Amino acid sequence: MSTRTYAEYSQPLWRRLLLTREAAVIALLVVVVLYALTSVEFFNSKLTLTFLLLDVAPILLIALPMTLVIVTGEIDLSVASVVGLSSVLVGILHRGGMSIPLAAVIALVAGILCGALNGYLVAYVGLPSLAVTIGTLALFRGLAVGLLGTTAVTDFPQTWTDLAKAQIAGTGIPLITVPFLVLAVIFALLLHFSAFGRGTYDIGLNIEAALFTGVYVKRTKFILFVLTGVVSAFAGIYYTLRFGSARGDNATGLELQVIAAVLLGGVSIFGGRGKLGGVIAGVLLIGVISSALRLQGVTVNVINIIIGLLLVVSVVSTSVLAWVSDVAARRNRQGTRAQRTPSGVGTPER
Amino acid sequence: MKFNTKRGSAFVAVAVTAAMALSACSSSTPASSGATGGSTKATGTLNIVFIPKNLGNPYFDTSDAGGKTAVTALGGKYSEVGPQTGTPDGQVQYINTATQQHASALVVSANDPKAIGSALNEARAAGTKVVTFDSDTETQYRDVYINQATAEGIAKIQVDSITKQIGDTGEVAILSASANATNQNSWIALMKKDLAANHPNVKLVDVVYGNDDDQTSFDKTAALLQSHPNLKGIISPTTVGIAAAARYLSTSDKKGKVALTGLGTPNQMRAYVKNNTVKEFALWNPADLGYLAAYAAAALVKGEITGKTGDKFKAGKLGEFTVGDKGTVLLGAPFTFNAANIDQFKF
Repeated sequence: MSTRTYAEYSQPLWRRLLLTREAAVIALLVVVVLYALTSVEFFNSKLTLTFLLLDVAPILLIALPMTLVIVTGEIDLSVASVVGLSSVLVGILHRGGMSIPLAAVIALVAGILCGALNGYLVAYVGLPSLAVTIGTLALFRGLAVGLLGTTAVTDFPQTWTDLAKAQIAGTGIPLITVPFLVLAVIFALLLHFSAFGRGTYDIGLNIEAALFTGVYVKRTKFILFVLTGVVSAFAGIYYTLRFGSARGDNATGLELQVIAAVLLGGVSIFGGRGKLGGVIAGVLLIGVISSALRLQGVTVNVINIIIGLLLVVSVVSTSVLAWVSDVAARRNRQGTRAQRTPSGVGTPER
Repeated sequence: MKFNTKRGSAFVAVAVTAAMALSACSSSTPASSGATGGSTKATGTLNIVFIPKNLGNPYFDTSDAGGKTAVTALGGKYSEVGPQTGTPDGQVQYINTATQQHASALVVSANDPKAIGSALNEARAAGTKVVTFDSDTETQYRDVYINQATAEGIAKIQVDSITKQIGDTGEVAILSASANATNQNSWIALMKKDLAANHPNVKLVDVVYGNDDDQTSFDKTAALLQSHPNLKGIISPTTVGIAAAARYLSTSDKKGKVALTGLGTPNQMRAYVKNNTVKEFALWNPADLGYLAAYAAAALVKGEITGKTGDKFKAGKLGEFTVGDKGTVLLGAPFTFNAANIDQFKF
């Protein structure tokens, strides 16, 4: 058997670009948007875009660092509680007479500390992130509710609440899109175009191999949890000002929407695989579907059922497709290309 | 190696976002302002959206069913949407959706008096009338508030009920919620005043607090009956308290000897009314509340009222109502539930 070059192993460029999970999600998003524009009454309006982006902004923001965390094979379930805690801190500090920017900075520092606690326990103590962040999910939410009780702080200055809802010069695109795009570019560079990002994938694919090839496994994980904490705190500040309401129960359950969108966007829950582009499309897809269904008068329970089913189908379909292509590859090339699918992505035991 | 080859997808996503933004912008102007805005005014279709505090709440199921009856009678389109849990951010999404749909009116029970305010004002700026019911927002965020009952009305119906049942003489006590609940304390103060002025032979011997906790309220009832052996009546102006007190009384030898009244819901109290532990209790009728809110919304849409003091409108079977101070419309005296009518109510 002669040796083959990489080009012979790999598929043509168009197939590599178009026949990916990310491209499928983006295509689905385009189809759903086109359908909604033509068939859903009132969807075809500037207001739809404004409200949709305002609604999904916290999910979009948190999904960026969450993607990196999940790519390493870890998970952070405490993000929504950090949003709640940051919201409560902004509220309490504002009530105590502090200016909004100063209160926001303190909330961001609190977010860093929350992330550092998660990161320390996962990376340096070596505990499983699922268990650690379920614990801090309860801990941070408990702190948030404990600090503010069942009351709410709602007397935020109008200039700030207006800013959270402001649009870019009458385009209908909310101003929050700007910090999101900046962060998206930063995270895309970090994940897809840097040694740090390659290390992130290596950790997810095979943590021991990563360690032996010189990836700073502990430091990488720690940094990712801190990034998740600080971005969640930023989302909390936005959340508070957008709704003009600081409450201990703000954003309860948001972590599920974030993780659902990340998985829908093609990131493997086992780590090592996924693209930010797919994740952003995944968040927008969920946002467009809920918005279109709400406009048609569908109730919240039905919307949740549909999104839940979509998620299950998407996860199952990845596994089934990976399995099918694996079997096909083995049959055609008798094992030479059996390893095409990265490990863990529904690859059956050999 | 695989990872570098697909880097284009991130930018494709950004491009899609931009494309979506552009397409929505370019096509929005003629579509929204021309077709939909025009048709709402031209045909005068009445489209009233009810937003309760949360869905799946029997109280709001009843009130919104009353609203549906009224909207249907008026020939309009009724819909009910809302969040799963009673939070203001959940309500904002549905208020925004109604704004997009150019609904003629919103009927909202506010989860926060201020947090949903700016969303409501955006809806009003787009031509949607806003009626609050059950829980009000601050006055600048709505056109009219439908108030279920006044503190005076709530205090009076409970005093009248207990004094009638005990023959206007003897010892009574109050089982309240928590010691610092504003509404409870204002009702208790009014009840004390009413008892002192109009029922000189009825003596209020104790006020105890069950903290709106079922077990605490149950224990406080037991303690109350022990420490006041001559007690003839208990008033519990809280739904948790009256249900716990009724549960205690129904299994004790005081059943039928100590009268119990207060504010309760038919579902919680049905068993105790049927086994004669409780003769009657009070609350407003949520179905009437929703019915009146729908008529007020329709009157605003038709321009019959604007929400200023003194405006009058007709509300079907309920008769004529006048808008009072601060744009508030009062439903009327609380409603008394007893064995004869309790089966008509399912909340």
